[in-house]
Amino acid sequence: MTPAGYFLEHLWLIPLFPLVTAAVMLFIGRRLPNATVSVLCVGSVGLSFVFALGAVTQLLSADPEYRVAQHILFEWLTPGQMQLTTGHLIRFTADWGYLLDPLSSVMVLVVTGVGFLIHIYSVGYMGHEGGYYRFFGYMNLFMFSMLMLVLANNLLLMFVGWEGVGLCSYLLIGFYFLKKSASDAGKKAFIVNRIGDAGFILGILLTAVTFGTIRFTSAGLTNVAADSGIRQALEAVLGTHALAAGAPVFTTIALLLFVGACGKSAQIPLYVWLPDAMEGPTPVSALIHAATMVTAGVYMVVRMNAIYQLAPLAMNVVAVVGMVTAIFAASMALVQNDIKKVLAYSTISQLGYMFLALGAGAFAAGIFHLMTHAFFKALLFLGAGSVIHAMSGEQDIQKMGGLWEKIPVTAKTFYVAALAIAGIPPLAGFFSKDEILGHAFETHPGLWAVGLATAGMTAFYMFRLVFLTFFGYTRADDHAQRHIHESPQTMTIPLIILAVLSVIGGWIGLPAFLGGNQFEKFLKPVMPRVGLEAEAAKAVPQTSPTEYFLMFASIAIAVAGIWLAYEFYRTKRFAPEWVARKMSGFYRVVFHKYYIDEIYDALFVNRTKDLGTLLGQFDAKVIDGVGVNGAGWLARFGSTLSMWWDKWIIDGLLNFGAKLTQLLSFPIRFLQTGTFSSYALLILVGLAILLAYYGQHLHVVLRGAR
Amino acid sequence: MLPIGHYLFLGLALFIIGVIGVVTRRNVIVILMSIELILNAVNINLVAFSRLYGAVAGQVFALFIIADAAAEAAVGLGIIIAFFRNRETVLEDEMDLLKW
Repeated sequence: MTPAGYFLEHLWLIPLFPLVTAAVMLFIGRRLPNATVSVLCVGSVGLSFVFALGAVTQLLSADPEYRVAQHILFEWLTPGQMQLTTGHLIRFTADWGYLLDPLSSVMVLVVTGVGFLIHIYSVGYMGHEGGYYRFFGYMNLFMFSMLMLVLANNLLLMFVGWEGVGLCSYLLIGFYFLKKSASDAGKKAFIVNRIGDAGFILGILLTAVTFGTIRFTSAGLTNVAADSGIRQALEAVLGTHALAAGAPVFTTIALLLFVGACGKSAQIPLYVWLPDAMEGPTPVSALIHAATMVTAGVYMVVRMNAIYQLAPLAMNVVAVVGMVTAIFAASMALVQNDIKKVLAYSTISQLGYMFLALGAGAFAAGIFHLMTHAFFKALLFLGAGSVIHAMSGEQDIQKMGGLWEKIPVTAKTFYVAALAIAGIPPLAGFFSKDEILGHAFETHPGLWAVGLATAGMTAFYMFRLVFLTFFGYTRADDHAQRHIHESPQTMTIPLIILAVLSVIGGWIGLPAFLGGNQFEKFLKPVMPRVGLEAEAAKAVPQTSPTEYFLMFASIAIAVAGIWLAYEFYRTKRFAPEWVARKMSGFYRVVFHKYYIDEIYDALFVNRTKDLGTLLGQFDAKVIDGVGVNGAGWLARFGSTLSMWWDKWIIDGLLNFGAKLTQLLSFPIRFLQTGTFSSYALLILVGLAILLAYYGQHLHVVLRGAR
Repeated sequence: MLPIGHYLFLGLALFIIGVIGVVTRRNVIVILMSIELILNAVNINLVAFSRLYGAVAGQVFALFIIADAAAEAAVGLGIIIAFFRNRETVLEDEMDLLKW
């Protein structure tokens, strides 16, 4: 039975609500009071959440293998005839359509749910800030874009959302645009993302010319060709043996798409924008740079998992990049002193974890960690925001301390989140992380070992943060101390809800021997095995002793990390300064973030600037010098010629006519003396002549008069 | 009653004085005055002949000419004053704005 119902029929409404309020904010937001802005913007996201919840409920009412709802609103782009790599001519189209399946169900609930909580939190957090309507306008635009990304039924529409979230990220990082570092960070995020997007769009194009479609699946559609979805086209291609698993084109597509994912999800080498993105307001960091947008890359890779399954080389690249990013970012998080920077590097590290899972073929585990991570990382960021709020804007953990008593709700929820991310059972992070490590161990023990080390470092830096922030003596200055206060309820209630989710969120994905992984079973229809013979050898069922051992190892390393942090920063039995001195060279490199920013500056940024200078000189010398000035000289030369023509030929003709007249008028013109007296005299003379001539007849005239 | 010749001689004398004034003087005001002399010479002739022939038409003509002379003097002087304000001169040979 295919799922049906009001909410499934109206999937398109889910992204529409925030779009409408974003438009309202854009046009008349300035004139609305803050209360109206809050109601409209938070309400629209809440409405989206309700609709998403309704749609997912209706989806769940169907049998597992039929849980797909796809609605095409209209044909969006119809470029017409297109030649495929196979030589076939096809009519290519891109729809404006929405797809809800188990995978997008998870995403849409996380995005609207966590997004809703963060919106509520923002009402309290941004209440005293200027540009309140602008903030919520951008946030709602972000929600729209993110929901488009998640609900799109094809790659190109997904790309629209993908670019939209990138734009909103740029706008919100640079929210305090008068601050130079904030606007610079916005630009950096935007530009680094462009690099990834270039790869993504190439991947889309290659997909289109290879399969003739960019629709993810044709499931749930009745009036289209059966193989008009990428997954179905893939099966058809494999069925006719036109391409086999591991074909170079699969690897190329997978790697190009992964470049896009690297940009958006801040993986090596494109992770550099995310730490700087912390210049934005804290709710933005929570929503965009922790819970939703940065996981878009993970979502996209899982969405395209059929292709990845056929490209083992690309899978290895994904796994290795994820692994290296995870441990690399974690090492940088160890020494950061800015509370948000620690969380930023932690986010990069956790995203690396997700990619490690995807690379190991554990797509469901990656999405599972994405979801739990959304809960506890959003909570950590919101908690950090609450701390910063209490500390009058201070972000340096070296100037905090002793906040446990003063802001109890924030402190306790933050503590729960820290436990969850550290991987302490039975909190959410433990299950998702354990799932990833289990799959990593199956793929390669090396992956598992690095993942385990990362887990230990995660526990260490999170509890370093907790101990430095909430315990011990306060190191804040007097002014900040006097203002310490717990945040308003609009901020603490989302914290509490997220804390509850961080605790119970993992229970839907219990390991197999503890009752079976419901989450994986739920996602199973989205990621069927493609190319069965290749997979058969790999599917070795785990034995329980191995699972217990892996689980014990991850608990042990988490506890060890926490214990180490405790000894360093609580009891002070070990002095961090001593370690820093002992390994001063290494410490300095890590503290300066491996000088990656400096290296990028030297290699790319400054070279780009050099190119700009070069082009500028080309402009000044060649374009301006030869082109513009040359044209100027030419115009002046032409006008000199024209002037000469005017002066000697045109005027000359005129003057010739005048001279001729002057010549011909000789000597009559001398009569015209211009002297009045001479005229009068001439008249008199004329009169005298007339009289002299007619004088003899004068008597006749006189007589006649008589 | 004086014979007509006396009147005609007086008219002729006035006429010649007027013409010489018009032709020789540079000051426009003097020229205007000379024109008045010429007009009055004509008036004397008209009145004299009117008396000689006993026809009233000549005297009527003289009256018309007096009115005409007054109007002409008013317009002429007005022009001269306006011109003097602009050029600060009333000499006819300096009135050469239209000359090329």
